[in-house]
Amino acid sequence: MSAEAVGAREHVLGPLEQIPLGEGRAFAVDGEQIAVFRLRNDTLRALSAICPHRGGPIADGQIDQRVVMCPLHHNTFELDTGCSTTGEQPLRSYQVSTDAQRNIVLRTG
Amino acid sequence: MSTVLERAVPADGRTGARRRLVVVGNGMAGARAVEEILERGGAEQFDITVFGDEPYGNYNRIMLSHVLSGEEDDADIFLNSLPWYEENGITLHAGVRVGRIDRFAKEVHSDDGQVTPYDVLIIATGSRSFMPPIDGLHTEDGSLLPGVFAFRTIDDTREMVSYAQHEHHRKAVVIGGGLLGLEAARGLQAYGLQVEVVHSGGHLMNAQMGPEAGAILRRSVESLGIGVHLNSRTTHVLGTDKVQGVRLKGAPDLACHLVVVTAGIRPNVDVAVASGLPVERAIVVDDHMRVLDEEGMDVDAIYAVGECVQHRGQVYGLVAPLWEQAGVLADQVTGRNPAAAYHGSRTATKLKVAGVDVASMGVQGPERDTDEHVMFSEPSRGVYKSVVIRDEKIIGATLLGDSRKVAFLTQAFDRGLPLPEERTSLLFDLGGPSEEAGVAELDDDAQVCNCNGVSKKDLVNAVEGGCTTVAGAMDATRAGKGCGSCRLLVGQVVEWAAGGAVQEDPKANWYVPGIPMDKPTLMAAVREQGLRSVSEVFAALAPDGADDAKSKMGLASLLKMMLADEYVDERDARFINDRVHANIQRDGTFSVVPQMKGGVTSVHQLRRIADVAEKHHIPMIKLTGGQRIDLLGVPKEDLPKVWADLDMPSGYAYGKSFRTVKTCVGREFCRFGTGDSTRLGIEIEERFQGIESPAKMKLAVSGCPRNCAESLVKDVGVVAVEGGRWEIYVGGAAGAHIRKGDLLATVDDPEQVKLLAGRFMQYYRENANWLERTYSFVPRVGLEHVRAVVVDDAEGICERLDAAMQASIDEYSDPWVEREDPFTPGQFRTSLPLEVRPRVPVR
Repeated sequence: MSAEAVGAREHVLGPLEQIPLGEGRAFAVDGEQIAVFRLRNDTLRALSAICPHRGGPIADGQIDQRVVMCPLHHNTFELDTGCSTTGEQPLRSYQVSTDAQRNIVLRTG
Repeated sequence: MSTVLERAVPADGRTGARRRLVVVGNGMAGARAVEEILERGGAEQFDITVFGDEPYGNYNRIMLSHVLSGEEDDADIFLNSLPWYEENGITLHAGVRVGRIDRFAKEVHSDDGQVTPYDVLIIATGSRSFMPPIDGLHTEDGSLLPGVFAFRTIDDTREMVSYAQHEHHRKAVVIGGGLLGLEAARGLQAYGLQVEVVHSGGHLMNAQMGPEAGAILRRSVESLGIGVHLNSRTTHVLGTDKVQGVRLKGAPDLACHLVVVTAGIRPNVDVAVASGLPVERAIVVDDHMRVLDEEGMDVDAIYAVGECVQHRGQVYGLVAPLWEQAGVLADQVTGRNPAAAYHGSRTATKLKVAGVDVASMGVQGPERDTDEHVMFSEPSRGVYKSVVIRDEKIIGATLLGDSRKVAFLTQAFDRGLPLPEERTSLLFDLGGPSEEAGVAELDDDAQVCNCNGVSKKDLVNAVEGGCTTVAGAMDATRAGKGCGSCRLLVGQVVEWAAGGAVQEDPKANWYVPGIPMDKPTLMAAVREQGLRSVSEVFAALAPDGADDAKSKMGLASLLKMMLADEYVDERDARFINDRVHANIQRDGTFSVVPQMKGGVTSVHQLRRIADVAEKHHIPMIKLTGGQRIDLLGVPKEDLPKVWADLDMPSGYAYGKSFRTVKTCVGREFCRFGTGDSTRLGIEIEERFQGIESPAKMKLAVSGCPRNCAESLVKDVGVVAVEGGRWEIYVGGAAGAHIRKGDLLATVDDPEQVKLLAGRFMQYYRENANWLERTYSFVPRVGLEHVRAVVVDDAEGICERLDAAMQASIDEYSDPWVEREDPFTPGQFRTSLPLEVRPRVPVR
């Protein structure tokens, strides 16, 4: 029940405006590479940034409301869960939101 | 159990007990029918009894020729061994003949004196070898003269092998030069016998092929050391206690120690005749495989299947129709699908006869004046190919010595597929999208998609897992998602795996997967509703207004083409390459290709490129196929600096767009040059630089017909010819596909070249499907049509096409100037996991 509190850490990644609508940007957080996406409805999603297939940069992928498509070989992953819809290993998904100052807040652990 | 209680009440009113199913015949048809019935839960409905003439389980009769040749052990050809019958609760009377059926008492009388009652009866008595009237073939007791063999059963084969192995038996004669006869001849050679084939027809395998093909087959067979006697009737078998030779009509006797009679087969109808069932050429059945009586009414509870049946006047001697019949029969007998019906088979055979590939289907040659006959004959290589076309459909084909095209021809014959305008491509792979080996023959492990490493088996598994559309199977396996050159083959494998049950994919005609419209509809909707950005298109036209990552790039390209300066450019709609104006590489770095018009450079350019490469530690500098210089391994964040230091415009080596114009040196230096190809190439590149299109466009200009710039294999290729004229070719390719471009027009001056090239490209931009290269587009639309529209202005749209192209040209600006002023925040920020880079080997 309190699991989310144990070891969970919040990271403020700076202003939302770093990420254009519909695109993603990569962040190094706690030694992890994390791709944060800003959907066209202005909500955020965060996934691990490296495609398990051949190491493609996930943050460079194209997205819609549901999935991100790796730019190298077009493997797709659900933005909500990190699960692949093309048979690859899943990406890790992270909780991400904005605070009152419109900063990106990412939760790890 | 409840399943028993729910079962239909049998006709005789017995309830709770299983009905009695009796099968007469334990060959491939009978056994297959039983298997199909078991598969449909037949074991719960029936007590099954099978009578078989031969004292074995059932085996694959087709493989007997392999047993004869020693390629296969006779134990290996059994489909179901004796324990299988036991395991499935089937009572097998192996080696027991059925003499008569009492259809009124519903009883089977077998030669061992037993009477077996049935509720449902299946007759699957098959065929036997036909023994032509030849004197001396039989001994007085009616058995075959020692040394004479039929070639029908496993016992025939075993005895023939043992006889052939006698040391003093050195010569054999095969009577009958059909498929089986040639197999027998080839098989007997394995025992060191000298073999001659005596054939009464005018050419070999006359049931499958015409005289020309037969003549070529004869050469191939003779080159194997098999003697062939055509138009030869065997009148006598010589020898009193064993074979010593054969006598031919009007020819010298042939001495031999062994005779194989392969003069055709005849349906086994004795049981049916003795039982008063109607027999014409074979046992007459209806579409439900039920035996009919004299009035054409079906006989109560009697079915027949296989080579012993005549359906709609046809008697089949091949295995494929038999499988189909057995399926229908099982659906009927078990009640699984009362609507199941057999409509006859279009038979196609493909096999290796005596080491020669033979495929045949339908008619052997043209039959009407209006039939088309496409034929190729190359006797020295033993190759013959012939296709007969009626009303744009294949009605027959023969392939000998080269069966590479058999997969397509079989499909086209079976389903009446549309045929290529260029008929020779029915016989040969002329480049362009084409299947390789036949799909059915591909190994399971054969790699179908070489980009994503997808095997035939992967695709088959996807289809069996429920992906019955080509697009669905492609999505599930990623087959065909690389260079795309395998898509035709992927489609064929999926169709083959789905057994014809492949579903029409409604999305196949959509321009992009996320908007349910084809290109003209989509373009009309965009215009009518005044949509100006990709997000507006999704909101207005997509189901539920949902955006779709896979559709963005195609929509962005289309809108830019349609709207030019009115397009609202949303960068998230672009693929990463188009966002950062460079081509992403496997390690996440980018390649930078500056514009080098017409492949002409200068000291100044080269020095600058060298300086940039040195300053930025470019790991690889590579000359491209399009006559430019590629700087590879540039990290995204370095792109603006590299461009600034280069101070050259983008070469667009990354987009679905006009790429480059390759040229030869042309008239200025080349002693053969007839036109100034470099200058024209530079002008074309200047005019059309960066124009986006449904797929990339690669161009070339050659200064003479020697074509050193490879103009014949470009999307648009220009060739200078003597007299100051220029030929324009369109739809060529030399990448994943090879296709020679089609000559669109020959014009008098370079301005005309630019006008027509631009007009063609605009027509292509407006009408091609997303990612459809010109090598697919031109043949799909048809060169004649393209020429009528683009050259002759048949649709009166040339002026509009020219204006639209001009609008796109006017919109051009070098994307690399974004280095000064990034279009979006973090446009050139790294997305890479830094610790794993670089992985690309550095030279």
